[in-house]
Amino acid sequence: MNAPFNPHAPVIARAASERGPANPLRQRGQHEVFCGLTSIIWLHRKMQDAFFLIVGSRTCAHLMQSAAGVMIFAEPRFATAVIDERDLAGMADVHDELDKVVARLLARRPEIRMLVLVGSCPSEVIKLDLAKAAERQGQLHGPAVRFLHYSGSGIETTFTQGEDNFLTSLVKELPAEPVGARQSLIVAGAMADVVEDQFRRIFDALGMGHVSFLPPRNSTALPHVGPNTRLLLAQPFLGETTKALDARGAKHLLAPFPLGEEGTTAWLKAAADAFGVDPGRFAAITGPGRARARTAVERYRPALQDKRVFFFPDSQLEPSLARFLHRETGMDIVEIGTPFLHRHHLAGEFELLPEHVFVSEGQDVDKQLDRCRTARPDLVVCGMGLANPLEAEGITTKWSIELVFTPIQGYEQAGDLAELFVRPFARRDRLKGIA
Amino acid sequence: MQLTVWTYEGPPHVGAMRIAASMKGVHFVLHAPQGDTYADLLFTMIERRDTRPPVTYTTFQARDLGSDTAEIFKTACREAVERFKPDAVLVGASCTAELIQDNPAGLAAALNLDIPVVPLELPSYQKKENWGAAETFYRLVRAFAPSPAGVVTPRSPGKTCNILGPAALGFRHRDDIVEVTKLVEGLGVAINVVAPLGATVADLARLPQADFNIVLYPEIAGTAADWLKRSHGQPFVAIQPIGALATDAFVDAVAKAAGIAPEAIPTSRSRLPWYSRSVDSTYLTGKRVFIFGDATHAVAAAHIAAKELGFTICGLGTYSREFAREVRAAAAEYGVDPLISDDHLVVEDAITAAQPELVLGTQMERHVAKRLRLPCAVISAPVHVQDFPARYSPQMGQEGANVIFDSWVHPLMMGLEEHLLHMFRDDFEFNDTMQPSHLTQSASPARDESDPAAESPQIEIPETFAWADEAEKELRKIPFFVRGKARRNTEKFATEKGLRIITVEALYDAKAHFSR
Repeated sequence: MNAPFNPHAPVIARAASERGPANPLRQRGQHEVFCGLTSIIWLHRKMQDAFFLIVGSRTCAHLMQSAAGVMIFAEPRFATAVIDERDLAGMADVHDELDKVVARLLARRPEIRMLVLVGSCPSEVIKLDLAKAAERQGQLHGPAVRFLHYSGSGIETTFTQGEDNFLTSLVKELPAEPVGARQSLIVAGAMADVVEDQFRRIFDALGMGHVSFLPPRNSTALPHVGPNTRLLLAQPFLGETTKALDARGAKHLLAPFPLGEEGTTAWLKAAADAFGVDPGRFAAITGPGRARARTAVERYRPALQDKRVFFFPDSQLEPSLARFLHRETGMDIVEIGTPFLHRHHLAGEFELLPEHVFVSEGQDVDKQLDRCRTARPDLVVCGMGLANPLEAEGITTKWSIELVFTPIQGYEQAGDLAELFVRPFARRDRLKGIA
Repeated sequence: MQLTVWTYEGPPHVGAMRIAASMKGVHFVLHAPQGDTYADLLFTMIERRDTRPPVTYTTFQARDLGSDTAEIFKTACREAVERFKPDAVLVGASCTAELIQDNPAGLAAALNLDIPVVPLELPSYQKKENWGAAETFYRLVRAFAPSPAGVVTPRSPGKTCNILGPAALGFRHRDDIVEVTKLVEGLGVAINVVAPLGATVADLARLPQADFNIVLYPEIAGTAADWLKRSHGQPFVAIQPIGALATDAFVDAVAKAAGIAPEAIPTSRSRLPWYSRSVDSTYLTGKRVFIFGDATHAVAAAHIAAKELGFTICGLGTYSREFAREVRAAAAEYGVDPLISDDHLVVEDAITAAQPELVLGTQMERHVAKRLRLPCAVISAPVHVQDFPARYSPQMGQEGANVIFDSWVHPLMMGLEEHLLHMFRDDFEFNDTMQPSHLTQSASPARDESDPAAESPQIEIPETFAWADEAEKELRKIPFFVRGKARRNTEKFATEKGLRIITVEALYDAKAHFSR
């Protein structure tokens, strides 16, 4: 069937053959993505004694409550200090105002042990010095409360880059490894507690000794770092965190990400090899999990095999998800859109994907929608701003945000991950009578 | 600087988006960093719209700040006009773009577009969403229905009106407009234009053809209606037909504006007055109700609660500072202190202190009420996906009054039910330790009301009290669903009186003290 006329099509057709991770399509235009502040939605659930205070505008506060979807029933451990005209006009000293807000907050939430000041677009543009502010708050309220700061602003960060910046600020707080320490492992990137516990059991069974997760569940449980520390990334968006840990001596173990049976095995293997785990032992320990993951995914394969999937940029998880869908469920990849392409960290993923898979970095959402409509994929993975309009056009969608909020890593979640992509098809099938 | 966990209103550019998204053929080019696109999901997810809102975000980044964010704006604006071919374009800045002072109005003018450009000034650090919506609607009306030359003469009554105010993301606006259309057309009055919802800029140009305006939502259409009155001599009806009495008053006011004789007004009433007078509603008498919302809905709710349902108002407030005067007047009428605040923590404290039996509020108050285990009905924006029900569910007109009766009364225990519970409170099968008969025998007893985790944490009194055995036994005779409240009230009373041990005497003293 001929594609409808599209002025952008010839350009794409010519360039597509050369596309691939080394030559992504880069367009500038409207980015239909969240800013880095949105990471707070899972970070504040992860670290149970931390409070995230955004220093920003009403827009930031409105974003947080809109992105959190249904408002969280319990009072969340995040808030916004909303800058107003008095602060901007210099009628009020911003630092004095921040003192008052922090004092009110700590009086209300005395159980908080770590307060994180989070920079936003307005605070960056007016060059509010949050480093200075955090230091000053530390003098006022420390050492009972630890103060950190990072930027989650939209002018600098996209969605998951907020977590990258937060972890980078946390790395500065990590204690140094004791002299002569044995080799230890830091697994960086927030995952659901249940997934961490599964991985911890595997690492223990492999006899890997000291393994810690970053961020920890509690600010008082920070792992130490030094030349005998090895770093395994659980998430693909941690470029700055990796640099910061590297600067403290940790050595990064490059691996695909732990999505699906194949990714999880390769990921665990990278750690096991670095810790000298016997291959026979590795096979014995991971065998049952691998078998369960394969069985679980296999059940969903018929629903996904040969279906064509198109990713809009969202969390930077897109290449890893595409690899999982392509290798383990037999889907065809139409386009991998990602907000930022960390080629070095993703090298292992792209080795497992077709050489010229179409990759786009950044976004011009209108042009990307044109490409998507022309390609008519079977499934579009996209954000909440696009999903219903595309559904209304007859295109099946999967909300990308669910892939960030749902436990998807590891053997026991491989089936759940496949099921997330099956559900839109299953639903459409059940509802075909009312289409 | 204000500490904010949840907000009642978004920034003013979200108000502008609501107007653009309400209308047809209007596109909004917003100078904004990446991330501000979150606002699209308000429309696509909360309202379940099947199209993207007509907004283009310029998406500048930190690295652009030193170079040319203005050029980015121009490119985005030009491309949006080429792609979407709107009849008119709105240009404005979000909070961050306001700080970099790129002047979208001037930049758009320099593009020499062949369609009208309406520039917006949206001071993000002073104003909020409703103001932004009102300002945007006013700017559009002014641009497309300019003042005629010469002296404005007041108009005589006539039978054509405009309906102003319904907008995207409005609380039940979608259904109100159907109900109001029915009321107005039932009088034989023709509707010239409804705006902004569903209107084009050509429709705005036709606004002056009507004899008068109806302002359904002053938060959105008040500014524009004032201007149309001043510049075009169009009077407006500013009664919102929410509740049985207000609907009657609205019909009378529209008839008067249209020059229709009172005897020619058709009579038709909602079920609310009879349902409220019927004996089963006796139990509603004097129920303490706390009301909070936008000014229009809060004031309307107060009138309905007091005059149509026979409740007692124990709190009334709004987050709309622009309409604080109206809320103050209503609060004075019902003898309560008005609460004018956009700090939901303050509202929560006020609800806790007022000890209401029913909360009428926004989604924020619904959460507070849930924590306090109080019945609640939602009466106002900010909207939530639940505020766009599949069923027809207006707040205005006769059907609106019916909907209000049901949605406020259903969360409460029904009258006869309450009596039956009292009658059988000592029945051996009817108490809180019994399992429902259809559940297995082995199940543990239902939770104990004294379990602190199950109690509302917000009005829990931290001190532990010594209850005399007799008093404790007496307390157990009180039906379980009010026992927690009786315990709290008694302990509060004991604290006030400095009693160290709570006796049966103290229990009944407290009951007398708190009884109405």
